[in-house]
Amino acid sequence: MSDIKKIKEEFINKLKQDLDLNSVNQIKTDLFGKNGKISNEFKKLGSIAVEERKKFASELNSIKDEIQTAISKKIQDLEIIEINSKLQNEKIDVTLPERSFNQGKIHPVSQVIDEISSIFSEIGFNVEEGPDVENEYNNFTALNTPDNHPARDMHDTFYLDNNKEYLLRTHTSPVQVRTMLKGKPPFKIIAPGRTYRSDSDQTHSPMFHQVEGLHIDKNINMGHLKGCLNYFIKEFFEVNKIKMRFRPSHFPFTEPSAEVDIGYKIKDGKIIIGEGDKWLEILGCGMVHPNVLKNVKVDPSKYQGYAFGIGIDRLAMLKYGINDLRSFFETDYRWLNHFGFDPLDVPSSYRGLSR
Amino acid sequence: MKFTIDWLKEHLDTKYDDKKISNKLTDIGLEVESFQSPTSELDNFIVARILNSEQHPNADRLKVCDVDIGNKQIVRVVCGASNAKKNLLTIYASPGSVIPKNQMKLSVSKIRGVTSYGMLCSESELNLSNESEGIIELSSKKYNNQVGKKYFKNINSKIIDLSITPNRADCLGVRGIARDLAAAGVGKLKKLNLKKIKNLSPQKINIKITKEKNQGCLAFGSCLIKGVKNIESPKWLKDKIIALGQKPISAIVDITNYVMIDLNRPLHAYDADKIDKGIVVRNSKKGETFKALDNENYSLDNNMCVISDRSGVLGLGGIIGGTRSGTELNTKNILLESAYFDPRSIRKTSKLLNIDTDAKYRFERGIDPESIELGLLKGAELIKKICGGEISKIDIKKNTNIKKIQIKFEISFFEKITGFKVSDKEIITILSNLGFKIKKQKNILNLQAPSWRPDITQSIDIVEEIVRIKGYDQIKIEEPEKARLKSTLNKQQKLFHFFQRSMASKGYLETITWSFTDSKVNQLFNENNSQIQIVNPISSDLNVLRNSIFSNLIIYLKKNLDRGFKDISLFEIGPIFSGHKPGDQQTVISALKSGKVSRLNWLEKERPVDLFDAKRDVVQSLIEAGFNQDKFFINDKTPNYFHPGKSGAIYLNKNENKPVAYFGEIHPNIIKKLDIKTETLAIFEIFLDNIKKREKKLIDQKPQYKFSDYQKSERDFAFVLDKTFKVQDLVQIISEIDKSLIKGIKVFDIYEGDNIPENKKSIALNVTIQSFDKTLNDEDLEKINKLIISTVENKTGAKIRS
Repeated sequence: MSDIKKIKEEFINKLKQDLDLNSVNQIKTDLFGKNGKISNEFKKLGSIAVEERKKFASELNSIKDEIQTAISKKIQDLEIIEINSKLQNEKIDVTLPERSFNQGKIHPVSQVIDEISSIFSEIGFNVEEGPDVENEYNNFTALNTPDNHPARDMHDTFYLDNNKEYLLRTHTSPVQVRTMLKGKPPFKIIAPGRTYRSDSDQTHSPMFHQVEGLHIDKNINMGHLKGCLNYFIKEFFEVNKIKMRFRPSHFPFTEPSAEVDIGYKIKDGKIIIGEGDKWLEILGCGMVHPNVLKNVKVDPSKYQGYAFGIGIDRLAMLKYGINDLRSFFETDYRWLNHFGFDPLDVPSSYRGLSR
Repeated sequence: MKFTIDWLKEHLDTKYDDKKISNKLTDIGLEVESFQSPTSELDNFIVARILNSEQHPNADRLKVCDVDIGNKQIVRVVCGASNAKKNLLTIYASPGSVIPKNQMKLSVSKIRGVTSYGMLCSESELNLSNESEGIIELSSKKYNNQVGKKYFKNINSKIIDLSITPNRADCLGVRGIARDLAAAGVGKLKKLNLKKIKNLSPQKINIKITKEKNQGCLAFGSCLIKGVKNIESPKWLKDKIIALGQKPISAIVDITNYVMIDLNRPLHAYDADKIDKGIVVRNSKKGETFKALDNENYSLDNNMCVISDRSGVLGLGGIIGGTRSGTELNTKNILLESAYFDPRSIRKTSKLLNIDTDAKYRFERGIDPESIELGLLKGAELIKKICGGEISKIDIKKNTNIKKIQIKFEISFFEKITGFKVSDKEIITILSNLGFKIKKQKNILNLQAPSWRPDITQSIDIVEEIVRIKGYDQIKIEEPEKARLKSTLNKQQKLFHFFQRSMASKGYLETITWSFTDSKVNQLFNENNSQIQIVNPISSDLNVLRNSIFSNLIIYLKKNLDRGFKDISLFEIGPIFSGHKPGDQQTVISALKSGKVSRLNWLEKERPVDLFDAKRDVVQSLIEAGFNQDKFFINDKTPNYFHPGKSGAIYLNKNENKPVAYFGEIHPNIIKKLDIKTETLAIFEIFLDNIKKREKKLIDQKPQYKFSDYQKSERDFAFVLDKTFKVQDLVQIISEIDKSLIKGIKVFDIYEGDNIPENKKSIALNVTIQSFDKTLNDEDLEKINKLIISTVENKTGAKIRS
């Protein structure tokens, strides 16, 4: 056996022993250091006969590679052992709490407004707005509710001046007036917003939210009204079928007018929409009164259509099981946290309205 | 509008059961509010006999009675009535009963140490009369065998309560409701059987309606009934009045009330002997006064319609009568009035005087002008029957004739509005059952509306009549088209929704508070604006429109702090107001953050929230909304509710004159004044209306995508500057030195103190330098270094710190 094979055997065996990093480094020096055994063999190359040199060099190189690989592997193994032994001491109680964060929430009324807008967006309604402070004309007179009419008693109004000219809008219907006055038919809008009545008890709050709907075109009839609301209620409550009842009623600005009830039942203390034989009134609607169309310069012999008004807070209460209307506006931190929605939970038709 | 099923059946011949009638009422637009058996409430009132009555051991005026309530039950009742004697037959109410007069619910209770099971009742407590002295004494002849039985057994007809919409004046009478039901196929309307009485004497009291402008009385019918004996009403009449929840008074008054409910025909009865020489219906003059039947004295204005005689005002026509001519139990001669008053005049007067009566409620909605005679006939007949007397001829004075409404109705209009067809024949049947007079002319119906329907004036009203009788369930569903022609939200609305969710994503809870607030808190936040008063606020602490959202946020913050919460982040997005006219409002976000960051966190050091928390949230939101931070300009001009030294205003760029946001800590005086218990309170507000609408879409505003792969270098500088020098200016000076090379500037230290002269501070910055063209060598870097130092020193008088 040649010298270099002996060297190889000797050191490969050495590396198989239980060594620490220092011993491995010593071996490295013993072999490849300035006077290392392998280094010395390389020095011999020049003195070897030309015909043998090639063979010797090739053998020497392959032995060098083999030993080096063995050494690297040994070092790597040792390092892993060392890391593993260190890790034993780096064990942290991961059940300790994380760094602090605050979770914000969207108010249920805002969430429901977004849900409503998303639903009506699908069938081509766009969102319009109007001011919270209105004049008497837009809130009442233009809507076919003259001053001397008892229908005004249906709205307890907050006034901002003694002449009763300026007031807080009692419904979102004045947005109909503003929208039609500034544009030309057809109109297909919804108008969500704050509304005010001087009334306060368990089921009334001096401020609440409504969404107005208005669709005016050449041939829009009560069938379209029914279809639109049927679609909306189904989508909003995310049920396949609903029970809906149109009941004749009276609003000065629509004729014929209707109130709409939905069928429900109570199961385990929760309201189930779409089943059962109880009725719940959820909105008022009707065909826009020709007098209103005249007041906003739309020709009632050419155009007709429907309008509706829905209480947003009430919808939110029904859908999300909130019992007390007044709690919506009391800013109780616990309530906001409990009933609020995550800001990333944006209602949309493709992801679904609610999770 | 309350009535009993039995009463309805006096006008309607029907085979429908109660439930079906109730459902049909709702179907035709007469919404049933409640439908209940009155016996449920009155069942507990039982005929009873006092077996024994003793003095209460601890009270002089009370007695302890043993009462036989039938079925071999004897109970002990404490009673205050002096007439509670042994063997008296009276009415007993068991625990759980509700006393009709005061709606009080009885319970078993100890009265001065003696337990009392139930109560013995007076007539007044049961609304039978005003008699409150002592308990009821039932005749032993009639009630001897009735002990233990229900007293109110005759009232067994169910009571329906309808919510009548303001357009349906005609349904404020039982007959009108019956008519509507008959038209809807529920049965047949019965004929009114009123006998004409022959050989009547003339009505001798002279009636005159003055001809003058704004005369509110259009017709005045009357008849005289002489020699009556006003007594308590008979039981059938009392029962009817009680069933409506009213109190029987006397036969005359009860009859007028009965006719009003029955026919929707208000009547008024005067004591004819108290009328001073004839009646004049005229406009009042300012300052006239009279005492009304509600025992109030009213002072009148000009042009109110009054019924008067020579001595002055007798009553307000159609609204309320006066005490001077009121009927009493000893009244002998009666003048019965049945008139027609202009609804607007009634409404105006009653609003001014703030009077609400059943008559006023009906007249302002418009009663049937043709029911004057009918009302007199029915009223007089009943009075004669119950009170005796002699009826005079009927006298009707008219001021003007009330025109009947004529409508040309195109039959096809019905389908155009409702989307479904009803045969001509059926339309005609429905309308004629409702009382319309009809002449058909090809495709047109010439209609005359019935006199009792003042609400019907045009074709659309006819459509409603047909469709409600036919049934709204006949309307077909037209599925909506799923097409969108216009974008759902405009740019401003998109911005609103973006910021709303952006705020919540920074850990703030969204709240919604009133648009009004407490003026005392609002004044801390209204700067120089005047308070916008609400004329009729719901309460004195919600008396103004808010000039800022902060007043409400602070009020509710305080409540939450009181609940024991400390670290609170709240925001609201909504309107604030600057005046009392439409449009004097803008949309803002107001937010507050109280307490500490990382409170009680084992890992992080806790610290109070500060203005830089607020600034971070505002700046981050603005950036998220697509605005370029490099262009922001910040100064310290903020409203007076901010801490003067710890607050700032943000402008989207230097040239804007309106800030988009304020941030900072709240003024310490406000915390003190409102006694808010928190370590610190950082606030901010964002003015959405000050963010100008961008014409371009966000994608078109971004610069071209371009970046460098050459090595970048970072260099640190520390400059010593005047203490008042703004970091913003220093950063701007450096960034403008060479925009192609200077890619970023970070402020990493501010230092004052040792080694720094007084009134100076040191600002340490880290500048990133990178070229688009090459890797910079030492020489290039040295050059830009020197340029930075020299430029800053020259422009600001700073010294580089070595």
